[in-house]
Amino acid sequence: MKRRQPHAGGAARVPNAVLGAAGLAAFLALGEVVPRLGIVKERYFPPTSRIAGALVDEIGERAFWTDLGDTLTGWALGLAIAVGAGIVAGVTVSVVPYLREATASTIEFLRPIPSVALIPLAVLLYGTELRSVLLLVVYASFWQVLVQVMYGVRDVDPVAEETARSYGLGTWARVRHVLWPTALPYVMTGVRLAAAVALILTVTAELVIGAPGLGARIAVAQASQAVPEMYALIVVTGLLGLLINVGARSVERHALAWHQSVRGEVAV
Amino acid sequence: MPTGRTRPNRGWVLLLRALFVVALPALLVAVWWLASDGSTNVYWPPLRTILKTFPDVWTGDRLRADLLPSLLRLLAGYAVAGVAGIALGTLIGSYRTVRAVCEPVLEFLRAVPPPVLVPVIMLFAGIGDTMKIAVIASGCVWPVLLNTVEGVRAVDSVMSETARSYGITGPARMRAVVLPAASPQIFAGLRQALSIGIILMVISEMFAASNGLGFTIVQFQRGFAIPDMWTGILVLGLLGFLLSVVLRLVERRVLGWYHGLRDSSRRSP
Repeated sequence: MKRRQPHAGGAARVPNAVLGAAGLAAFLALGEVVPRLGIVKERYFPPTSRIAGALVDEIGERAFWTDLGDTLTGWALGLAIAVGAGIVAGVTVSVVPYLREATASTIEFLRPIPSVALIPLAVLLYGTELRSVLLLVVYASFWQVLVQVMYGVRDVDPVAEETARSYGLGTWARVRHVLWPTALPYVMTGVRLAAAVALILTVTAELVIGAPGLGARIAVAQASQAVPEMYALIVVTGLLGLLINVGARSVERHALAWHQSVRGEVAV
Repeated sequence: MPTGRTRPNRGWVLLLRALFVVALPALLVAVWWLASDGSTNVYWPPLRTILKTFPDVWTGDRLRADLLPSLLRLLAGYAVAGVAGIALGTLIGSYRTVRAVCEPVLEFLRAVPPPVLVPVIMLFAGIGDTMKIAVIASGCVWPVLLNTVEGVRAVDSVMSETARSYGITGPARMRAVVLPAASPQIFAGLRQALSIGIILMVISEMFAASNGLGFTIVQFQRGFAIPDMWTGILVLGLLGFLLSVVLRLVERRVLGWYHGLRDSSRRSP
């Protein structure tokens, strides 16, 4: 028997999706009206319709798709390297006795260092090559994964760990059956955060260094005063970020289908 | 007759702990020093050279002319984002309808990589301090806002209803129930925001500036003053580290009750 949800009066509850769509529509309408009323100069902020037109034009350009491909390449490659390295390093540091303590200060020092500090070095070493992008992306994303893996391993239930040990499970068996399942939610969080950070740094490298990609395209549009095109490209970048976020959550949910936080509480 | 276990020597424990903290960094620096000594690679000068260059480059004058402006702009942008993010987040998180209406737009705005907003904000705000502060604020506000919304939304319903039945409403409820309950999430947002803020501080200065850390480092790079550039990278690294430490200290103070609670629940059987 499903419990009837109490609500005030007889008014039906408007679904969240409808409210969200209304909010989005209002946002777009606002974007159309504000510049037309002159509240903000059209030269700085074109109406939504002009941005949409520019977006359609961009999509028709071959160069746009090439740049999109470049951005995705840098992002995916950097993320893959960072995740692989982060998981290996995180598990190693957590499992080897005393290694966590020995490395703690170094990790705490290196982690907050902004990877944009490496931009000048990247420019000198690699110029506008893909490797400039990778240097920034891998450095920034690696820490997201490493830290989450370390949190995850530390979160292992001591009762479960000791039970496994007393049942005679060896080191690798405990890693596989106790440590990894416990750490997996954290790993997936690390991957999701790393994916977002990786995109930020990919686009940054393109904007600042001039490596090929959407970021460079935005910089060129700005330099040539192509304002609607610039906004259109920013929208694309935002949608890309949104897609990555949704994709990461989807992967996370799939990988954690067994986890109680995803399954939800058992219905009585 | 001695009773109980022999207590380990405290001094020895402290020494061992200090050794753990210092050993690896010292080892890494030593390796860097030895590996780079005698280096003739222009881009990887000896650490000896970099450290010798450091005091010449980062004089009191330069710290005042470049480091201080960067820090002030960062703090200004961060503060604006923090206040706006928490205020708006609390408002949005408190009402289901408002949250539902705003969610898609907020998710999109959060998904936009902050650096791509630099060109836009330059259009509106030129290339002065206002632009840089606006860039930092506009990038930092989203993690704070969204984490606050999530924290406010997730306030324990038992706690919330108990407060209501005791007649705690309005501002009192906000101050005594909602904000404390949401504060772990809020601090998570502030932590993310700090990382983004530093990135944007540097980037906004690399785009257009006449002072600041980002500007200075790029000038060194363009002038092929490589050891100087490396000292700039070190300064940025130190800055990131120190700001992170400061935030952690603030968090520890504000969330002392939270960490204490978690520690005790972790320990209990």
